[in-house]
Amino acid sequence: MIRSREPQPKEAGFEALPDAPLLHILTPKWLTARARAMTGERGRGARLALLAVVGVLFWSFVFTVLYRLLLYFKGVQEIGPLLAGKLLGLILVSFFSILLLSNVITALSSFFLAKDLDLLVSAPVDWLRVYLAKLLETVLASSWMVALMAVPMFAAYGIAYHGGWSFAVLAIAVFIPFLVLPSAIGSALTLLLVNIFPARRTRDILSVIAVVTAAGIVLLFRLVRPERLARPEGFRSLVEFVSVLRTPTSPLLPSEWAQRSIMQALTGTHDWLALYLLWTTAAAAVTFGALLHRRLYLSGFSKAQESAQRSVSSGRLTDIGQRLLAPLGVLRRELVTKELRVFFRDTTQWSQLILLAVLVVVYVFNIKFLPLRGEGITFFLVNVIPFLNLVLAGFVLASIAARFIFPGVSLEGRTLWLLRSSPMQVRDLLWAKFWVGTTPLLVLALGIVGVTDYLLQVSAFMFLVSVLSITLLTFAVAGMALGFGALFPQYETENAAQIPTSFGGLLFMMASITVIGAVVILEAKPVYGYLSAAAFGTHADPTEMILGFTAATMLCIAATILPIRAALRRLEVVER
Amino acid sequence: MIELSGLTKKYGNFTAVDRIDLKVPRGELFGFLGPNGAGKTTTLRMIAGILKPTAGSVRIAGIDLAADPIAAKAQLGFIPDRPFIYEKLTGTEFLRFVAGLFGQAGPDVEHRARELMALFDLEEWRDELVESYSHGMRQKLIISSAFVHRPAVIVVDEPHVGLDPKSIKILRDLFKEYTRRGHTIMMSTHTLEAAESLCDRIAIIHAGRIAACGTMDELQAGAAEGRGLEEIFLRLTGQRAARDLMDVLDA
Repeated sequence: MIRSREPQPKEAGFEALPDAPLLHILTPKWLTARARAMTGERGRGARLALLAVVGVLFWSFVFTVLYRLLLYFKGVQEIGPLLAGKLLGLILVSFFSILLLSNVITALSSFFLAKDLDLLVSAPVDWLRVYLAKLLETVLASSWMVALMAVPMFAAYGIAYHGGWSFAVLAIAVFIPFLVLPSAIGSALTLLLVNIFPARRTRDILSVIAVVTAAGIVLLFRLVRPERLARPEGFRSLVEFVSVLRTPTSPLLPSEWAQRSIMQALTGTHDWLALYLLWTTAAAAVTFGALLHRRLYLSGFSKAQESAQRSVSSGRLTDIGQRLLAPLGVLRRELVTKELRVFFRDTTQWSQLILLAVLVVVYVFNIKFLPLRGEGITFFLVNVIPFLNLVLAGFVLASIAARFIFPGVSLEGRTLWLLRSSPMQVRDLLWAKFWVGTTPLLVLALGIVGVTDYLLQVSAFMFLVSVLSITLLTFAVAGMALGFGALFPQYETENAAQIPTSFGGLLFMMASITVIGAVVILEAKPVYGYLSAAAFGTHADPTEMILGFTAATMLCIAATILPIRAALRRLEVVER
Repeated sequence: MIELSGLTKKYGNFTAVDRIDLKVPRGELFGFLGPNGAGKTTTLRMIAGILKPTAGSVRIAGIDLAADPIAAKAQLGFIPDRPFIYEKLTGTEFLRFVAGLFGQAGPDVEHRARELMALFDLEEWRDELVESYSHGMRQKLIISSAFVHRPAVIVVDEPHVGLDPKSIKILRDLFKEYTRRGHTIMMSTHTLEAAESLCDRIAIIHAGRIAACGTMDELQAGAAEGRGLEEIFLRLTGQRAARDLMDVLDA
């Protein structure tokens, strides 16, 4: 019953609301993360344990390799610390470029496409708080992987040079502005792009972002000029070589300031100016970003909300594709067609192809200019480098699979209701995802290895070993990408580009590196035996060859099949 | 056509659906009513094969869903309450894809897809990406997708959400005609007027259990007080018709 009572509005009106503090704005993110961590999902404990074991193994591996290298550098008179500094500079410049790319893409999602923005923008929240909250979100989402990688790296430097606990504090003090700076720059860049381009043209924006950042990476890479350091005989004298080592790679790069702060502290003389430059530049970038945000954010956000209507006409290409896929049957043909359409119409997916193309070109370019002719270059080195090339090519493949195959199952999250309620077997879905991902990957893998082997002029035996190994590795990497993607899905993610940077993505990368490493180790002995026989006219042991290559093949087959089987079992019981 | 025996779904200690027994014969339009959180969607998603029952069984057209899911699902069309579909496909491509999941392709599918889109005023949007569709248009596309392969059974969760009055009228006529031709539809809804005028039989679910089931006449006969579906619904589900609103607003 409704009682008839006179309404009594509060005459005083609304009280002035205090601005929601920054922490309050971040509360939903924190609570979501906590709720996710507390979920009592079956098998969660086992997964976390596996994650911890693989993580510790990976950390130990990075630490050991770097630590041994640094010990070796320490033993070299005069130029030892310089080489260690250059190596750190190289690592940090790579980190900085990765962070910049990652931040530009993450900022597009966190500042313009995230679902909580409607609520935040419509609420009486101060612009600065929105900026800082979203900047912090962007820093965390795009930098955690680099931060995790940095832990064993700094530990190796600290222990090798007896930095002590004070070094740990300094490393943290250096790394915080080092992470914030690319985030502020990346967010500002995204803000400008969203404002410059016509409404909702994310396709254009993202492709520009990818191309610009890729070009940036290439530029940074060339700035460092790493190939000069690998060839001391190219310098007129040792003095010139040392002077090149002493010259800052690029004194205006924040990675250089971070490197100087760290190396100077480890060698006993603190470079406070470098640390000061890092902090002040980061603060200036955040301030500049905030000012830009105040001026441009609302117009950019408004543009990002406008409709994305776009027509698609089915052309002759579709008809040809349909005819080519006809032998697969109706279901598999439709699944494959859907995969291809969704991929090529999703900007966040295909735009990464541009980046990939640039990276492959740089890779092949660097192989072409490897100094493999001249003094001290033995028959072994010429043949071992193509073998090690497999590791790099495998790593490139794993990165590509992480971008394109790993997110496959996650991207089905919101449409699983349709697939689950139809008379389709999960096997067919995985089949389509596997082959749509693996076929181009295989073509690329064979292309990379074929071209680089040709440039390196390897023997027929090494060519055969590389081609067969990379084929098997491609299947293994694709199988693991699909399997790990299904075992660690990100069904609720708003941005496909973020899926590979999830914990599952990290696990996949570590598992891939492990398999690639294991295959190379298993094949190393028979290859060494063959090369020795070729070089010295001895007899290669056929048992060793059979055992090595069979074990490598079996490992690749297992790495292909087992993850897909696990994915199949997982998807058959998934309830969404 | 739909047979539920002892159907139960538990999430930890919480029982969402508790030992439901139900039979929906061929050619019937069956209504499934209940307050929020009563277990309607969970039941429908179990029938659609998306959720696995904790206990009990689902049979569709005589086929046990757990024993032969592919054959059982081949008889089914499902319309969920949340219209999530592939954003990067066009309307036509989506309908073609759904038909393909049921092993159907060719001129018949193309013809049906065209007719269904025309029926729901989506003709002009057929070659537009789904990402440009409004909520209601997406809902209409999903409804079309459930009909495109001509299933024997359609399970539909809250079909009226987001639809304009014209589309609601079309949908009701479509449901009526489809069941008249011998197909079966099981529909959950909050629109009591729709349930009352459309459904051959109605079940009211409350706290995971069926509180009442029958034709409108049977439900009215069983009700001690009140003649309309709303009164029967509120009485069975223990809802208070009106709270003291002043108290709420003054709080």
